Amino acid sequence: MSSTSVLGGVVRRREDPALIQGGGRYTDDVKLAGTAHVAFVRSPFAHADVLSVDTSAAEAMDGVLAVYTAADVEHLGSLVAQVPVGALRPLLNNGTVKHVGEAVAMVVAEDPYVARDAADAVDVDYDALAAVVDLKHSLSDEMLVHEDMESNTLISWTGPFGADADALAAVKAGIDEQKSRDDVVVVSQEMINQRLIPVPIEPRSVMADYQVGYGRFDVYSSTQIPSALAGAIGKYFGMALNQVTVKAMEVGGGFGCKLNVYNDEVLVAFASKQLGCPVKWTETRREAANSTIQGRGWIATATMTGTTDGEILGFELDGIADMGAYSQNFTVAIPFLGVFVGSGQYSFPTHWKMDCVTTHTMTTDAYRGAGRPEAAYYLERVLDMYARKIGVDPAEVRRKNYISASEFPGAVSPMGFPMDTGDYETNLDAALESAGWSGLLAERDAARAEGRHVGVGIATYVEVCGFGPSGLVDLGFSWAEYQMPSAFNGSSLVRVHPDGSATVSIGTGPSGQGHQTTWAQIVGDGLGMDVDRIRVIHGDTEEAPPSIGTFGSRSAAVDGSACYEATQKVQAKAARIAAHLLEASEDDIEFADGGAHVAGTDSSVGWDEIAKAAYQPHVLPEGMEGGLEAHAIFSPGNATWPFGTHIAMVEVDADTGDVRLLRYIGMDDCGNVISPMIVDGQIHGGIAQGVGQAMFEDAVYDMDGNLLSASLVDYILPTAVDLPSFELGRTVTPTDINPLGVKGIGEAGTIGAAQTVVNAVVDALESLGVTHIDMPLRPQRVWQAIQDAQA
Amino acid sequence: MKVSMSVNGRQVSGEAEPRTLLVHFLRENLGLTGTHVGCESSYCGACTISLDGQAVLSCTMLAAQADGADITTVEGLARNGELHPVQEGFWERHGLQCGFCTPGMIMSAVTLLEENDNPSEEEIRRGIEGNLCRCTGYHNIVRAIEYAGAKMRGEEPAPAEWENA
Amino acid sequence: MYPRQFDYVAPSSLDEALAALDANPGAKVLAGGMSLLPMMKMRLLSPDMVVDIGRIGGLGDITDNGDSISIGALVTHSEVAASGLVQDHGAALATAASWTGDRQVRNRGTCCGSMVHADVAADQPVAALALGATMVAASSGGTREIAAADFFVDTLMSALEPGEILTEMRIPKVGAGTGSAYDKLGRRGGHTDYAVAGVAASVTRSNGSVSAATVAVTGVGSRPVLAAGVADALVGSDGSDAAVEAAAAHATAGIDVLEDLYGSVAYKTHLAQVFTARAVKAALAAAG
Repeated sequence: MSSTSVLGGVVRRREDPALIQGGGRYTDDVKLAGTAHVAFVRSPFAHADVLSVDTSAAEAMDGVLAVYTAADVEHLGSLVAQVPVGALRPLLNNGTVKHVGEAVAMVVAEDPYVARDAADAVDVDYDALAAVVDLKHSLSDEMLVHEDMESNTLISWTGPFGADADALAAVKAGIDEQKSRDDVVVVSQEMINQRLIPVPIEPRSVMADYQVGYGRFDVYSSTQIPSALAGAIGKYFGMALNQVTVKAMEVGGGFGCKLNVYNDEVLVAFASKQLGCPVKWTETRREAANSTIQGRGWIATATMTGTTDGEILGFELDGIADMGAYSQNFTVAIPFLGVFVGSGQYSFPTHWKMDCVTTHTMTTDAYRGAGRPEAAYYLERVLDMYARKIGVDPAEVRRKNYISASEFPGAVSPMGFPMDTGDYETNLDAALESAGWSGLLAERDAARAEGRHVGVGIATYVEVCGFGPSGLVDLGFSWAEYQMPSAFNGSSLVRVHPDGSATVSIGTGPSGQGHQTTWAQIVGDGLGMDVDRIRVIHGDTEEAPPSIGTFGSRSAAVDGSACYEATQKVQAKAARIAAHLLEASEDDIEFADGGAHVAGTDSSVGWDEIAKAAYQPHVLPEGMEGGLEAHAIFSPGNATWPFGTHIAMVEVDADTGDVRLLRYIGMDDCGNVISPMIVDGQIHGGIAQGVGQAMFEDAVYDMDGNLLSASLVDYILPTAVDLPSFELGRTVTPTDINPLGVKGIGEAGTIGAAQTVVNAVVDALESLGVTHIDMPLRPQRVWQAIQDAQA
Repeated sequence: MKVSMSVNGRQVSGEAEPRTLLVHFLRENLGLTGTHVGCESSYCGACTISLDGQAVLSCTMLAAQADGADITTVEGLARNGELHPVQEGFWERHGLQCGFCTPGMIMSAVTLLEENDNPSEEEIRRGIEGNLCRCTGYHNIVRAIEYAGAKMRGEEPAPAEWENA
Repeated sequence: MYPRQFDYVAPSSLDEALAALDANPGAKVLAGGMSLLPMMKMRLLSPDMVVDIGRIGGLGDITDNGDSISIGALVTHSEVAASGLVQDHGAALATAASWTGDRQVRNRGTCCGSMVHADVAADQPVAALALGATMVAASSGGTREIAAADFFVDTLMSALEPGEILTEMRIPKVGAGTGSAYDKLGRRGGHTDYAVAGVAASVTRSNGSVSAATVAVTGVGSRPVLAAGVADALVGSDGSDAAVEAAAAHATAGIDVLEDLYGSVAYKTHLAQVFTARAVKAALAAAG
């Protein structure tokens, strides 16, 4: 990288001027002449036979353009899933509905108010059936969610990865053998990692504009995966990819829930094609709760076996994960991501099993962290319980069992995965120093002496992200039906224009991660060009090369690397041109300050001159083609494995169970940092969502399958008063699997946070005999745990 | 029915049904799409505007109720190409990520600082309690409002955290 | 998100508003709209007509009547919380108003509206109970006064009759030796959001003992309700912590405690006692 590197520097975000002045263009802001609006008729029952659907009253209303039922769209088929296990979602269902909120009919009207009026006028007759909601009930197969399937269990994921039944049994037997030793303790706890609703503040929105006569689609969608949506629209309507443009302009947060092709997106396109006008739908918040994917939803027993002096001899996890009613994009693959990090950053033997079951609830899929927060939660909670039981500092127990830094490169986790780079002990030490660990414990003890219930919690994590090798298709992760031959490449195109400005176009689209700024920094760094001279195009399938999208903390590591490599190609050609113009050796050319320089001289040429020459073949070196642009596809050899240590301090009002989060310290390691400002911002938000799970958020279903917390009145998100300012630091252990040395950071905060807070609350209540409380740690639950412990 | 109001210093009027919510009037009739809709239960604050100088939820008001009112939306803050100190603070201190809550958050902050130009961190957090953000954990939003408060008092804002790093 | 259609009138006088209510039995009165409009947006409520009283003059003031304070129908939570008069004579109400909703809600929502809505977990109705407030209801037939103790009839049901508008709430002014306070646990923890349980208390001390006490509990039953047993136990006591805690044991006596997403019967019963003790102690401290 050049000496004037902007990587690691702070650049104010280029996306901000529009967003702070109300100029941001989100999907619901798009207005085209003659746009019609959609409202859905949705099932109020979790499980019911639809006996009849009477649309006549709705169709007769003024301003109603059409009412569609299942018969109108059956020919299009159902949604598809990347891992095709489980039932697939019909676009509209007039047979047996399988969750509250499932779409039964679609109304299109001139105005959204009228569309709602008409949807309310559609008369649906249901015969309600008993529902399967509880995970253990589902696992028992006493009642089937889908009558045509043999079992509610869709798949079981086990670890170590790749181990057959005999090998798994051997791991288990090895751990069991240790349990009878005199110097060994075994700690076991069943814990719930509750279902969550992602709640990006922007509800999902889609508008399709079928252009009559031109025979093509423009689809605007609040999606994390524009290329896949374009492929899906092509599939459903029999159109070539070059006839479908998807534009994901500004996306108001995603966190995984916009990482799906939804039935509403296909249906809105269908209506636009049928009616010959643009058609728009924007979900309401309550609709979002019941028909946009949810996350988590595990119940599992975690068991830790170790010696009385802190040497851990084995970790076991055995549980059930809730897939909801239908398999969508990644649904059953989410717990598989937990297998990757099932043994964390530790070296002890691990035996891991999760059964994925279907229920009469909304589908689960990727929500920030996706399988990894759950895995880290169980591991770090039971590890903490073990440390407490043997009376050893929880930080030191972790240190004692880490995979050592000396094992890198080449470390392979007990779960069987090669890891890129890691130095966990250095990170732990940095966190302890930053928090002032011993002082923090002394402060806690002083507060306790006054009768206050103050607690300190620590947890460390390793993440796997930045997917990933394009060979993941061979593990079954394919989306071929949506015309994504490999879902896991990065792709970027860098072009220098004749005036010396540049455009980088990239297939991913951000939802708040600052790609406008980061990609310009990468290209600007490589070309020695001011970032203000670089335009970034993303989230537009017409302008950018295909890439699967923004998720799994992958953009910087994968698409950023493609961006880097395309920049390198442009730089190499530009160096030849500059050498030719300056009559210097190509090897002496350096790029900085808006042009090329001959090292050690004051000879230089600006990008305007280089670019002008590039588009005049007659002044170029003999045999060189005109033009100055390059495309790169980057397929990493592995995922990246970021890690970190989080520490929290809490106070509990034992009379009421009310928890206050007093301090939160994060020490994360995501390798090299392109923008410290953006990286810290990602960690802040990640922590807030982890704290949200620990303390507030809960998608509560009753036994009939009704979502009781479907609005923001009852689905409690953290507000500014609930959180402290965060104290962040970082260690830097670059990865060796991409040229930038960067790992992902989008999910790390979330993966580290929940168990840190729960560990702190349990610490605060240690003297009252509390050893575990299931999330969310709302006052009632905390108070009840105290009562139960005292009883 | 006809409703008239002053929006961002301009007198406007338009036809609305009695049931038309103010936020829809602003977005659909006036094309001011900076004001966002994030929920339907009056909990998220994305639709916050300044109405006669006070932060209110434009999704929980009928357009008819705002007849004759003086409204400022996020589009009306910058003057002659110069950002309002709160807008500047959000830019300088990375007070936004996806930007969707930002217009409401900014309007909440503007009215907060109009009432108290030197709020404590606790007062800032209490003042934006009605604005949900899912991206930032509020950390840099608080820093952005502190920056704006300093600017409005004519003081030099504290350096950004990453400048110390 | 989209209310059903309705007719809308925004009269400029109380008489016109009352006439509109008489002519349209299905009409709803709109003041701040912080409770009514969310229900209409979710189509849980779809009145034929909305009578917007926001343009009627004379309803927006907090006034000193000499022996009482009047809070007009259009006075917002923010205004109640910031009022020196209310802070001096009804600190419990000022605190309850400052903890109602969030800043945006407090800027539009009205104190009187909160009374009429009669939510089981609202903050201000119990302050009205503890302070011995009087509700002034106007109808085309005249006005009548309703004691707060008779006003909260059941869940989301006040004593207002069809055709009536709550035009003001009066709280008596108090002298030295009397103090009030409100404390609660909010659904989000701390003081935020609706009350899981909340208690308002008003006490008067004279000659070293508690000479008068009124305590009311929100969040636990089907309506905001007086805790008469607590008051009885306090009056005549020395107001010591031990006396307060003993009295607090009666917090839910005679109340049918109801479970919800935020608390079991046992938990709510316990919280009512905890916050009774806290509110009474704070009120005693304020009483001097």
